[in-house]
Amino acid sequence: MDMEFSPEDLAFQQEVRDFIAENYPAELRGKQDEGEELSKEDFLVWHKILHKKGWIAPAWPVEYGGTGWTPTQRFIWSEETARADCIRLMPFGLAMVGPVIYTFGTPEQKAHFLPRILSGEDWWCQGYSEPGSGSDLASLRTAAVPDGDDYIVNGQKTWTTLAQHADWGFFLVRTDKDAKQQEGISFLLIDMKSPGITVRPIITLGGEHEVNEVWLEDVRVPQSQRVYEENKGWTCAKFLLAHERTGIAGVAASKRGIEKVKAIARTELDGDKPLLANAFFKRKVADLEVDLAALEFTELRSLAGPNANRGPGPESSLLKIKGSEIQQRLTELTLEAVGHYGAPYFRGFGEGDNEHPIGPDYAHRAAPTYFNTRKTTIYGGSNEIQRNIIAKMVLGL
Amino acid sequence: MDFTYTETQDMIRDTLARFLGDTYDFETRQKFINSDSGRDPAIWTALAQELGMLGAPFAEEHGGLGGGALENAIVMEELGKVIGIEPYLPTVVIAGGALKAVGGAQADAFIPEIIAGNAIIAFAYAEPQGRYDLANLRTTAKKDGAGYVLNGHKGVVYAAPWATHLLVTARTGGNQRDRDGVSLFLIDANLPGIVRRDYPTVDGNRASEIYFENVAIPADALLGGEGAGLPLIEQVVDEATVAVCAEATGVMQKLHEGTLEYTQQRKQFGVPIAKFQVLQHRMVDMFMEVEQARSMTIMGTLKLGLPANERMAAVSAAKAKVARGANFVGQNAIQTHGGIGITQELAIGHYFKRSTMIESQFGSADHHMDRYERIALAD
Repeated sequence: MDMEFSPEDLAFQQEVRDFIAENYPAELRGKQDEGEELSKEDFLVWHKILHKKGWIAPAWPVEYGGTGWTPTQRFIWSEETARADCIRLMPFGLAMVGPVIYTFGTPEQKAHFLPRILSGEDWWCQGYSEPGSGSDLASLRTAAVPDGDDYIVNGQKTWTTLAQHADWGFFLVRTDKDAKQQEGISFLLIDMKSPGITVRPIITLGGEHEVNEVWLEDVRVPQSQRVYEENKGWTCAKFLLAHERTGIAGVAASKRGIEKVKAIARTELDGDKPLLANAFFKRKVADLEVDLAALEFTELRSLAGPNANRGPGPESSLLKIKGSEIQQRLTELTLEAVGHYGAPYFRGFGEGDNEHPIGPDYAHRAAPTYFNTRKTTIYGGSNEIQRNIIAKMVLGL
Repeated sequence: MDFTYTETQDMIRDTLARFLGDTYDFETRQKFINSDSGRDPAIWTALAQELGMLGAPFAEEHGGLGGGALENAIVMEELGKVIGIEPYLPTVVIAGGALKAVGGAQADAFIPEIIAGNAIIAFAYAEPQGRYDLANLRTTAKKDGAGYVLNGHKGVVYAAPWATHLLVTARTGGNQRDRDGVSLFLIDANLPGIVRRDYPTVDGNRASEIYFENVAIPADALLGGEGAGLPLIEQVVDEATVAVCAEATGVMQKLHEGTLEYTQQRKQFGVPIAKFQVLQHRMVDMFMEVEQARSMTIMGTLKLGLPANERMAAVSAAKAKVARGANFVGQNAIQTHGGIGITQELAIGHYFKRSTMIESQFGSADHHMDRYERIALAD
């Protein structure tokens, strides 16, 4: 057991640093620094640069386009991209449906969809939650009825993140009304341009259009776009959720987030001293750092420990719970740190708008981010559901 | 980067777990901790001579197994699982750690004695006024001819009633809280002028108040440089602190497992109380603290070799997290057991007592958060 980087690891670290320095788009950096919302094109520009380099899917098996990196290299990669404030990649294709397709899909599905996920040609969205099915996901009612070689799909999905950009969606649908809940669900890939699909925005607390309702009315979907067997979609769903959970521990990003909070708290004054010299504020920052170290080493144990090759198991719920709590505390500390200037509402730059927004740059998105980040303990299976999973799967209760 | 154990490390863990499983069941432990001497010396002898376990962190040329801090952590975690009172921490981790650090003739003389099980060394560092400040010393060692004369009062010296030797911190110069002027001595426990008042501790160990009254000690008892001992003391106390984190991990794991087991047997309202979601979630929170304690122990152990400031920040982060986790897991284990938890009858309460003492051993969570901030969050 050791934490050393080998000479090869150090060389890789340098390679990654150089690559980011030379290739990360300057216009993206500018928008991020100003606290602007990012467009679909913004997200795709970095995606395409990484695809060209062959580094778009480090977690995938090499045969499907993965990088074949060791756990240490993957650790270095996430550290370095976070350190350089690179935007996060959209997880819906790369971290969610991609692994489902290469694990459960047909050769045709793999050949068609995987390269398009890697290239960024298809933007994916996730059709899981429904108005009546949140934590009790298996109660979902969106129904797919066979019709020749197709299914006819009817129902409503909600909380569909960035569906307004999506080319494709992966949907959980009911294909057997009489079976036990989990046993009547199938996993369908649906073209979002199909007739009968309507996407309606839901505006969240920070003012963002991030999530949507998706209505499906007599949408015709070829049965060849079902992944895995009919009525076995829950297997894919659970597999995907376990993958999703580890990704959202977000250790490297939270480390970078703490650096930013500290920078703010060194700038903001509390009396005649920096806010960071305030004993109460400082202790909150220190507590967060300590908890993040505990999360980091828990993740490292699972990535580079004895069970490293087993894939994410139910213990990834722990990473989700602690990771999401830390992300929330981080946004809370940031909002606390900016003081008065958390209040002005920054709508982003309009056309021809060249007036500088109110307050320091680092304050513009403090409150919206705090509001928005309440989602992390709710999505991907709420933290209460994660506790149920650990109780059942790990503790055997 | 690698987070797996070697085959030898797995073997140390398995061998020790099997031995302690056979020799250290709860009833047997209660019998010997309540005996006059408070221990069963045959266990220590067997650990040394049958298992070779007291050589775990020592070099092979001294007769050890060639390990280090990770091996200490493995042994301490296993001892934690049986709330073992064997003086491995002061003898092997602390005195052994100091001897390894200074090397030379003193290491050559003492380490084989430790490995053989002949030496038990208690660590006399705390003083009534000093709290967790290792430099806050009133005990003095004054130069006298070739040797020194020791005077002072050391408090709550664990394992002192059993000790053949004492590892003592004392001032050879400077003022009460100066960093300079602190020295470390390894002395015979039965020198004239050493007065002990022995007592049991709440966690099943034995300890002493020790009074040094003009104790003459030889020059070669000094470990390291005269007056320059504090960095060495800080280093071995950091090593001891993560070893205690490892022990805590074992104790916490048993508190959690015992609680899981009990809630599946205990019925109320016609069902095992483990069926109640409010208790399930509590036990999940306990589980997460145990896992994080294990992670932080590994983190602290792996960072012991870093430069002093990084080492201290890492050890303090680990101890603070583990102390809080031990508090949470211990208190909730008792709460979940209900009335039976606060009796002496079940093992759970005895694990709770040890985990509670671990919380403040070598510094409370607050103490370590202060130290962490001084290093990691300097203005």
